[in-house]
Amino acid sequence: MLLGIRMPKSKGPALAEMSAEEMTLCLVRTGRSRDVASFERLFVHFGPRIRSFMLKRALDGQLAEELMQETMMMVWRKAALFDPQRGNASAWIFTLARNVMIDNLRKAKRPEFDPTDPAFVPDAPETPDVNFEQDESAERIRQALDSLPVEQAELLRMSFFEDISHSMIAEKTNLPLGTVKSRIRAAFSRLRAALGEDQ
Amino acid sequence: MTPINHHISDALLLEYAAGTLEEGWSLAVATHLALCPDCRKRLSLMEAAGGALIESIEPETTPERERESWTAMLQRLKAEPAGAPESEAQPARRSIEEVDRTIPEPLRSYIGGSLAAVEWRRLGIGAAQYQVPVDGDLNVKLLRVGPGRPLPEHGHGGRELTLILKGCYRCDGEAFGPGDFDEEDEETVHEPVVTPDGECICLIVTDAPLKFKSRMMRAVQPFLGI
Repeated sequence: MLLGIRMPKSKGPALAEMSAEEMTLCLVRTGRSRDVASFERLFVHFGPRIRSFMLKRALDGQLAEELMQETMMMVWRKAALFDPQRGNASAWIFTLARNVMIDNLRKAKRPEFDPTDPAFVPDAPETPDVNFEQDESAERIRQALDSLPVEQAELLRMSFFEDISHSMIAEKTNLPLGTVKSRIRAAFSRLRAALGEDQ
Repeated sequence: MTPINHHISDALLLEYAAGTLEEGWSLAVATHLALCPDCRKRLSLMEAAGGALIESIEPETTPERERESWTAMLQRLKAEPAGAPESEAQPARRSIEEVDRTIPEPLRSYIGGSLAAVEWRRLGIGAAQYQVPVDGDLNVKLLRVGPGRPLPEHGHGGRELTLILKGCYRCDGEAFGPGDFDEEDEETVHEPVVTPDGECICLIVTDAPLKFKSRMMRAVQPFLGI
């Protein structure tokens, strides 16, 4: 129920849950074989959620629908670029939705690094035993988010779903900016711990 | 390259992950990310958290609406040219000047493609600057300061991000070298001094005009455009 993002289930039909493993499979199939049935599974799961995400900022149902359709079109076009070794499906779809939001609602530039640039410093080779499979990481992150203290979870939701800076969040919640920052740090320490990473 | 010791804070990185950060700040963050696998890994975790939070949304909707929406989507899919899906273009092997080894994208394009081509504006005492063009109100510039010199002395009214690109400075007993990310806020007075072994070049992003402590620097500040 935080910030009105969780709607009571009774108001609408319960949306089917989808495991991280199934999402990965559907996304890979969409990319490799242009499989419309797999893409439909993703659309049924993510479409209404991305529409809600867009509606937080668009304030207009029609525009939110268009931006959701645009995001899903990107999923269709770029699915072959998704690498299940490097990330999980919902994280990847989130970045597409975020970029559609920035291009269309913020109309701002968001400079990005370029992994093909000769001056880019590549990742060190992974040591296999400390890293979980991406799908397992996704499940662990979900669980860790569910177990965050309410005040930390709320700040993460505001950060992702409201188009405002942390100093504006501080004003809105009547918290000192330092407290906002330390709660965010505490939240990510917990998420990193859940993945067995250094905090 | 020496290991990076000073990284992007969770709070700032989260603003970048969520897409709420202005262009000038994002330029400093993204350029550090190009140099720092550790921060990229932390960014991935935040994007995964964003994905999980999107999934936790329980939207109000109806089966009719979803059917209509999928029908519209199918129309768009049919209108797509039936080519191969987008795939990773094999990048042509680009070469860059030696001087640009520590100036990765996205910064390199913002400064005109090479550090060698930057037209520095002298700031008097062993320092020079270049104003980096970005949209918005933020002040983004490259600063180049000679060995052993202090960075122009200042406090500031808001957030200040510094990314070291070349050389080193010391500040409050800590050393900052290439790739290090120095994040200051209104609480701090920041007085870095370049180490004696060479000049230092850094990217500085501020949201307020720098407030110089020396009366002389304050007097000439409007003319220098800093």
